[in-house]
Amino acid sequence: MSPTTTATEIAAAVRGGEQSAREVVEGYLSTIADREHEVHAFNLVLEEEALAAADAIDRRAADGEDPGPLAGVPVAIKDNLCTREVPTTCSSRILDGWKPPYDATVVERIAAAGGVILGKTNLDEFAMGSSTENSAFGPTKNPLDASRVPGGSSGGSAAAVAAGFAPLALGSDTGGSIRQPAAFCGVVGVKPTYGMVSRYGLVAFASSLDQVGLLGANVADAALLQEVIQGHDPMDSTSIPDSPPGLCERLAEGVEGVRVGVVRELVEEANSDVAGRLREAAAALGDAGAKVDEVSIRALAYGVSAYYLIAPAECSSNLARYDGVRYGLRLPGADITSTYGATRAQGFGPEVKRRIMLGTYALSAGYYDAYYGQAQRVRTLIIRDFEAAYEDFDVLLSPTAPSTAFRFGAKTEDPLSMYLSDVCTIPSNLAGDPAMSVPYGSGDDGLPVGVQIMAPALGEILMYRVAAALEASHG
Amino acid sequence: MPERDRITSTDVAHVARLACLDLTDEEVEEYTVQLRDVLEYADVVAALDTAGIPPTAHPLPLVNALREDEPRPSLDRDEVLAMAPEVENGRFRVPRILGEAP
Repeated sequence: MSPTTTATEIAAAVRGGEQSAREVVEGYLSTIADREHEVHAFNLVLEEEALAAADAIDRRAADGEDPGPLAGVPVAIKDNLCTREVPTTCSSRILDGWKPPYDATVVERIAAAGGVILGKTNLDEFAMGSSTENSAFGPTKNPLDASRVPGGSSGGSAAAVAAGFAPLALGSDTGGSIRQPAAFCGVVGVKPTYGMVSRYGLVAFASSLDQVGLLGANVADAALLQEVIQGHDPMDSTSIPDSPPGLCERLAEGVEGVRVGVVRELVEEANSDVAGRLREAAAALGDAGAKVDEVSIRALAYGVSAYYLIAPAECSSNLARYDGVRYGLRLPGADITSTYGATRAQGFGPEVKRRIMLGTYALSAGYYDAYYGQAQRVRTLIIRDFEAAYEDFDVLLSPTAPSTAFRFGAKTEDPLSMYLSDVCTIPSNLAGDPAMSVPYGSGDDGLPVGVQIMAPALGEILMYRVAAALEASHG
Repeated sequence: MPERDRITSTDVAHVARLACLDLTDEEVEEYTVQLRDVLEYADVVAALDTAGIPPTAHPLPLVNALREDEPRPSLDRDEVLAMAPEVENGRFRVPRILGEAP
């Protein structure tokens, strides 16, 4: 099987009886066997389970049933999404030995659509990081250049798609954790509208920002997976009740007359070759009939600051549940307090501790209003500035990240420099809007550049159409 | 916005106790420097005039997603307890909670 086969082609072939799901899965397992030792995209490859699932799909197809829109398509799952009776680690020692008693809704929906769960992918511990260097199990390598990070936190999922280990993957995006690794690995990455995709079974990091999303090798495959996982879930109280949009059949509608705003403040954050590719992408959309102009969104300058108060504050609250009582690691102490302190000190890595500390401080008496409260008001300012921009524009365009994939160790000594690599992606999480990254050429170092398309909440159809137009213009 | 004091290692040690994290002295020193960096960067936000601006806690206009209160099966008790570090009589077992006042 050719590694360039798309998810859309696989599903059509398996549904049409031209190819067996077993052949598909065996093909991907063989690619994993060849190269996973040098990439480390996975925390766990579910070889036997995936083959058994493939056989079940083949039996259904042989019985004349339609296995579903993802028939036989292998999907890699970020290891902060719960899989029943399969270890779910969040790449943290503190969940040592834990097997969830239930599946995340998105995992259930993929299986119900005929998709095959291929394995659990590596991430920065609890999705906190931009390089996978914060994984307790060691970093993932960028499949395009082993000296470079794959981005993060969904670095394992991005690397799995880029290396041809899986045609599709799930990720989670709290401040850019799907889009930035997608850009660094040269794949498509989508953060849907907040509430569009169920978070039931996603291990929480920052609940007002977290969103489950997806990665794929091309825009059509991404749309195929979003259609399967999106839509209301009664198990998630933040799930949007409206019917979700159809995406696949809208991709070819083009961008004639679509108003595209290039966000000046975010282009200014990028290095010269990334900014150059962005301008080429904007020009290509203009050639395709879009009305392209520059837009200034001044409150975006406060995005990283507001985010690194809000996200750690929510993280410090969410991660209070890891106490060594109900699951995972426990370091016994003389009493409950010393058990908590020792378990959490041993179980969490340095970045997770740093964010718990930052968040606890920002929420503590005397600082709550000055830090957390103020960041929430600035969040309102950012949302209002976005709304003003969307009066004049249908979608916004920016680089996904200020640079191409950086080298291992380049930002580990200075946490603030790592945080700043999320400057272009954070605003959409603060606003709850959808945003996606599409590969568009490469930098002077030969590594891929990602272009980010942002849209107002529920604006997925137009966002995907612009992405498809960019992909087509790029050949 | 009044000028705030820079975070000290005493503050960091206090916050570590609040967060139930047994940090080493080296970690306290390291986090003092790193938290100071991030908080200084955040000063641009702290200094903004936001009088009259309501806070955003959540990006959706949804409030209170309620359902009918119908009994339904929950997670299997044995399966959940099987994941616990220590269990006794169908319950989570924990170390001593009450004791001599410190």
